[in-house]
Amino acid sequence: MDKANNTDILPLELKDVNFEVGGMRLIKDMTLTLNAGSSTIILGPNGAGKSLLLRICHGLITPNSGSILWRGPSRNEAGIYQAMVFQRPVMLRRSVAANLHFGLKSRGTPKAERDRIIDDMLQITGLTRLARSPARALSTGEQQRLAIARAWSLKPEVLFLDEPTANLDPAATHAIEETIASIKQSGTKIIMSTHDLGQAKRLADNVLFLYRGRLLENAVAADFFNRPKNDLAQAFLKGELLWWNRKELKTPAELKHRDVLKK
Amino acid sequence: MRIAVRLIAVWSVLAGLIHTSSLIAAEQSIERFIVMASTTSTVNSGLFDYLLPKFSNKFKMQIRVVGVGTGQALRIARRGDADVLFVHHKESELAFVRDGFGVKRLNVMYNDFIIVGPQVDPAKIKKTKTAAAAYQAIAQSRAVFVSRGDDSGTHKKSLAIWQSAINTKPKSAIWYQESGAGMGATLNIASSMEAYTLTDRATWENFNNKTTLKILFENDPLLQNQYGIIKVNPALHKHVKSQEAEIFIKWVLSAEGQATINTYRLNGKQVFFANAPGKKMN
Amino acid sequence: MSDFSEAFAAALALILNFESSLAEIVGLSLQVSLVAVFIASLIGLPLGAALAVFRFPGRKTLVVILNALMGLPPVVVGLIVYLILSRSGPLGTLGLLFTPTAMIIAQTLLIMPIIAALTRQSTVQLWHEYEDQFKSLGAGPGETVTALLWDDRFNLVTTILAGFGRASAEVGAVMIVGGNIDHVTRVMTTTIALETSKGNLALALGLGVILLCLALGVNAAAYLINEAALKRHG
Repeated sequence: MDKANNTDILPLELKDVNFEVGGMRLIKDMTLTLNAGSSTIILGPNGAGKSLLLRICHGLITPNSGSILWRGPSRNEAGIYQAMVFQRPVMLRRSVAANLHFGLKSRGTPKAERDRIIDDMLQITGLTRLARSPARALSTGEQQRLAIARAWSLKPEVLFLDEPTANLDPAATHAIEETIASIKQSGTKIIMSTHDLGQAKRLADNVLFLYRGRLLENAVAADFFNRPKNDLAQAFLKGELLWWNRKELKTPAELKHRDVLKK
Repeated sequence: MRIAVRLIAVWSVLAGLIHTSSLIAAEQSIERFIVMASTTSTVNSGLFDYLLPKFSNKFKMQIRVVGVGTGQALRIARRGDADVLFVHHKESELAFVRDGFGVKRLNVMYNDFIIVGPQVDPAKIKKTKTAAAAYQAIAQSRAVFVSRGDDSGTHKKSLAIWQSAINTKPKSAIWYQESGAGMGATLNIASSMEAYTLTDRATWENFNNKTTLKILFENDPLLQNQYGIIKVNPALHKHVKSQEAEIFIKWVLSAEGQATINTYRLNGKQVFFANAPGKKMN
Repeated sequence: MSDFSEAFAAALALILNFESSLAEIVGLSLQVSLVAVFIASLIGLPLGAALAVFRFPGRKTLVVILNALMGLPPVVVGLIVYLILSRSGPLGTLGLLFTPTAMIIAQTLLIMPIIAALTRQSTVQLWHEYEDQFKSLGAGPGETVTALLWDDRFNLVTTILAGFGRASAEVGAVMIVGGNIDHVTRVMTTTIALETSKGNLALALGLGVILLCLALGVNAAAYLINEAALKRHG
């Protein structure tokens, strides 16, 4: 299926989006378009605004100015074509299967289909033997797999992932990346943030490079990794610490504010 | 799925609970009953536990007694929340009838008030001849006296005695304290403080925490404690069970009812003396 | 010390002799308080969770009022219910004053604010954790409240027990609206008050010991169930 031409809600257009808290602009004049068919990785150092951008796109946060427009035919009910996985998996105090069930029920999946979808998802993500276990008793890696299974079970056209492997060991990270690749294969648009360069290289078709709330580069992955145009992106790719700043230095108060927002 | 099963289980248990409570309510409503507002002294003395079953068995009617202070009993009856009033303060009872809340006030029985206090009797009231003199002695010696301080028949009697003793009600002081509580609670306080107090004889006889307290003054006409019975006015409160109330009052004042009161013994002593007006009920 | 040993002896004698009148009183106490807790939970749990989740004008005022109502003296609740159910009051025609139903109404009003306020306090923490995920999934208001209550069930058991404790221990409200009528509205606490006023301190304290044992039993059972479930669900 050619998702690029046959979409429900994509493409997504952001125009002059600004988000500020207490006078601090955390997302600055963001303008970009996200198209179907390729996976987009949002790259940047801590505090760049990656997580905020994902939440704004997904509708969890309303920006102070600018517009977020889904351009596809089903744009009026865009919510049900999206799903999101958070950095810290949110596990309900129930069994693994019941966590999946809750997602399907919330999304209005018909009762008759739920059990079959749950079985399939458990199978694909390798959680079948844990189906009856309490979700909170799982390891962090298993919890994140469950969170991804719960999001994927909703058959979203767009899946947002906010640093899903930030707290995981290499083995668990590998399992998650494989699952993400399968989801992409199934035709879902992946929009994922990471500060891990290697992961970005493995998964990205397109890259958005963010730094201090600003979109500095929006490029095809190969171009970005081989010939970054922006000097800060160049430094980031070389593995330099981006503590220097061409424009202004942050005051301690601003830095503190940013930490709060990052939770 | 399992959640649903558990919820159903919890629901059925609680539904069962409510069901049984409604059954009990239904059972109670089958039986005829009237509500009688009365005083703590009659309830605490055990008289009703002796008297009422004899009536209930004969007439298949339950008397539900709410035992409170006379003042509160009058208020309950005034609002129409009782069918019969059985209290001990004649002036208030007559006013109740005069104001149209009750049909008629009738004497049922009497006993007497007594002054109790610590055995050592610091105010030497044992030697006094009248209740007023006893109160005077207490006031003069500043021996501790605990008063009910509520709206009860006993407190009204106590105030009347103070009036004739020192022409006024004493102000609250170290020696004159108001408990603001029922007779039993007040006796408990007097008992722990070794203080004087006025009580009706029945409550005293049935009271089990006397410690050093003894009867120090009794037998003064002023100390007579008259109980009266009144049917709440059905013209004012339509729901009043007039016929049932009538049956009960008639029985209490009958030869059988009066004899039952006279045969009640507390610690082997007669504590209530029937004195219903002969043949006034019809 | 002898007072207390006498009380325990009295309690033991009461239990061993197993008088039907005692069983009746204990049964009515449990029945009134359990039904009141059930109704108060039915209203208070969803209300508390809704206050944790939804933003609407007047929400903060409502929370403050609920928290204030938690400290309402039982006597005041009893008096209000008395005035409403009295023959001269707005619901006088129902003839509910001095019945177990009146006691259930009073205790429900007494503990509903406690259950609602404690539920809000407890679920608001869980909601903080769940909020983004639930919004992402598009869970509706009913689903959100139900899910929060279910997922917070181990904490809410304690909340409900707090309500039960307050209901079964209070005497002021049931005394006023029930009237402490023998065989009709006499419960544990009003019996204790009555026996105290008769100076039967050992008997009153003995009844208190039985009440304490009942409360201990209910709490211990709930605690054990909770522990087992908590261990399972982490």
